[in-house]
Amino acid sequence: MNSSKAVPSTPSFLDFLVRRKILGLLLLILILLLVLWKLGSELVTNPTLFLQQVINGLQLGFVYALIALGYTMVYGIVRLINFAHGDVFMVGAFMSYYAIARVQLHTWPAKVFPNLSPGLSIGIGSITVILLSMAICALVAITIERVAYKPLRNAPRISALITAIGVSFFLEYFGALNFVFSPNFITYKRPFDVTTWMVSAQGVQALQKGQAIPEKTVIFSNISIIIVVVSILLLVVLQYIVGKTKIGKAMRAVAYDKQTARLMGINVDSVISVTFAIGAALAGAAGMLYAIAFPQVFFWMGIIPGLKAFVAAVLGGIGSIPGALVGALIMGQAEVLSAAYISTPMRDAIAFTILIIVLLVRPTGIFGEAQREKA
Amino acid sequence: MFKKIDRSSLLFLGGALAFFIVVQALISLNVLTAFWNTILRIGGVMAIVSIGLNLIYGFNGQFSLGQWGFYAIGAYSAADITYRWTNNASTDGLIVLLLIVLLVGTSILLLYRLLSRIRGLDALSAFTVYLLAAIGLSVASVQLGRVIAPPVNGLLQALPPDVATTIVFILAVLIGGLLAAEVSFLFGLPVLTLGSDYFGIATLGFTIIVKVLLDNSDTLLGFTEMKGARGMIGIPKVTSWFWVMFFLVLVLVITRNLIHSSTGRAIISVREDEIAAKAMGIDVGYFKTLTFVLGSLFAGLAGGLYAHVNGFLHPDTFNFIKSFDPMIIVVFGGLGSITGTVFASFAWALVLEGFLRLLLPSGFETWRFVVYPLLLLIMMLLKPNGLFGNFEMPYLRQILPPLRKKTSQPQSEGITVKEANV
Repeated sequence: MNSSKAVPSTPSFLDFLVRRKILGLLLLILILLLVLWKLGSELVTNPTLFLQQVINGLQLGFVYALIALGYTMVYGIVRLINFAHGDVFMVGAFMSYYAIARVQLHTWPAKVFPNLSPGLSIGIGSITVILLSMAICALVAITIERVAYKPLRNAPRISALITAIGVSFFLEYFGALNFVFSPNFITYKRPFDVTTWMVSAQGVQALQKGQAIPEKTVIFSNISIIIVVVSILLLVVLQYIVGKTKIGKAMRAVAYDKQTARLMGINVDSVISVTFAIGAALAGAAGMLYAIAFPQVFFWMGIIPGLKAFVAAVLGGIGSIPGALVGALIMGQAEVLSAAYISTPMRDAIAFTILIIVLLVRPTGIFGEAQREKA
Repeated sequence: MFKKIDRSSLLFLGGALAFFIVVQALISLNVLTAFWNTILRIGGVMAIVSIGLNLIYGFNGQFSLGQWGFYAIGAYSAADITYRWTNNASTDGLIVLLLIVLLVGTSILLLYRLLSRIRGLDALSAFTVYLLAAIGLSVASVQLGRVIAPPVNGLLQALPPDVATTIVFILAVLIGGLLAAEVSFLFGLPVLTLGSDYFGIATLGFTIIVKVLLDNSDTLLGFTEMKGARGMIGIPKVTSWFWVMFFLVLVLVITRNLIHSSTGRAIISVREDEIAAKAMGIDVGYFKTLTFVLGSLFAGLAGGLYAHVNGFLHPDTFNFIKSFDPMIIVVFGGLGSITGTVFASFAWALVLEGFLRLLLPSGFETWRFVVYPLLLLIMMLLKPNGLFGNFEMPYLRQILPPLRKKTSQPQSEGITVKEANV
């Protein structure tokens, strides 16, 4: 037990500090305390601002969760970091932009059924748009999977990864061509009007256009509500598909053991395609929601949210669906709070610092299982 | 010493010399324009970065995406030194960074000897010890540098300006490399304990953190001459074709000799099977750290060279998307093939920066990055193991001593690269 006797030249105080992991723990606790102290003092000095940031972070976190699910599901099944996923998200945003701004698809219920109430008709129209962009993203993902990833299934994993990076570049720069999407920033047209409410000690009131936001109020808009509701709805649907349906069972079987699943009569290739399609459909929905929240689309918009969502998936434990949700919510809060209280330009660096620290404490993420190396 | 130089070594050095002379002659005769000259130099720089990554990933099996971050560290620190020398005629940057690099490096070596005696070492605690030492010594170096800088400055001013600039440049490149190596040691210490994919993601995070810091280098870090996201200008353009080739050959010789030593075999054994290597008594952590630090050293050297190619640095060059470039080159050339890496680096620079720019008809310039991923996809689908697989040039190939005839036949020459997992 006493190694300082076995190795006499080692200073015993250093030995004590290092062997008990005290120094490393102290470093982590110090960082944690600093963060908590900072957040706590901000909460005490300006609780409304803090609450406001938390709401903004929640909205962002749910969008990240939808993207992160695609990463985590694909990784769980084919062990591939699908770098093209963020660009599928971009395609989804552009598709909804075209459907709304060019085709005016969101107005079809008003044209076909003029007697419908405006709220319902816009609602149905928006749902059509989101379903359309989900469907197109699923098609894009199936095509990518069939053309680029399937031939490399037995190749070294790094080849598939490089291919994924190639697909990502292709989607970005092909999208940047003038006749495809555009190399420019495009303002996104929301299918519905934004209504903002403010919550203060006097209760909930609607904010008029052009009205200054009074002190000590928290504002939230129908955008946050829609994002949170749609995301939770899609998560429930996903949980149902994975947990209760036959294809979900097949997906879990393939994720667990591909060879045995094939022996049990599961068509592994089609299950993988379906996984890609589901993940991409969620990314398509996320693309539209993201564009509604931050009304601008451009061909590089998928990179940073894609990366953040990927970090969220890793943070929660890649391959785990609840992990992706938890990781994404943490990422959303971390990004918004660090932008508000620490430093706006440093928020990406802080997000990654959190990731590295979490990985050091839990090497496979929060919900991750022990990784099977060289399976 | 000269007895040891065999035919393949002579062939290699002669070939490198011939390649250098031919290209240098073409540059001097203006057959190769400045455009191609730059592309060739960038190809050489990429070769150095990629050899470093091949060492980390191809030979040691650590899936690192952090190479670009160390490249950025080398580039910016070297650029800062030469910028201060040429624009302000001050050696502050040189002396302070030299002191930091030397003191921190010595402290790391000493502490490593000390700490490696402690069994059951917790990586995070060790990291804290190193970090505290590094921070303390850096602060001390800044203070010490103020005292030492003026006499050194006078000494360098007395030299002819060209010689002095070259000395500062070479020192800057070396300091950049060593700084990158020391940062990689500190960062690698806790992170190298992670599993393969997680290690890749953590190193990707490192690249992004470095890029964000560079974006705010003037406001947050206080280096006003780096000008943050506006890009650093005014760096002397002193990286000639000679220096690129000099460092490339140096790196190649170091890598070759390392890989074919017992250390190199230990490094490769870690890639093949970590648990088996550990069972054979190989200190897995030590060899992982060694390779990671050496690979980052090469990245830092290359960064220093790159900074002085165009005389301009921008944080966007060190974007994480570009950090895949060395990985693409390494996979393209063939994992674990140094020949392939060098070839692929030059091919990458020539095709992406040269031919695609020239060959695409006007109006189709934006198609460059549409053609590039398509080429990448086609290459990966046709040759998933890279262009060269595990082929090596005669000099870089290991010549195994012949086995005794009775026991068994010599199996194969060179290092066989099995399917490398991410």
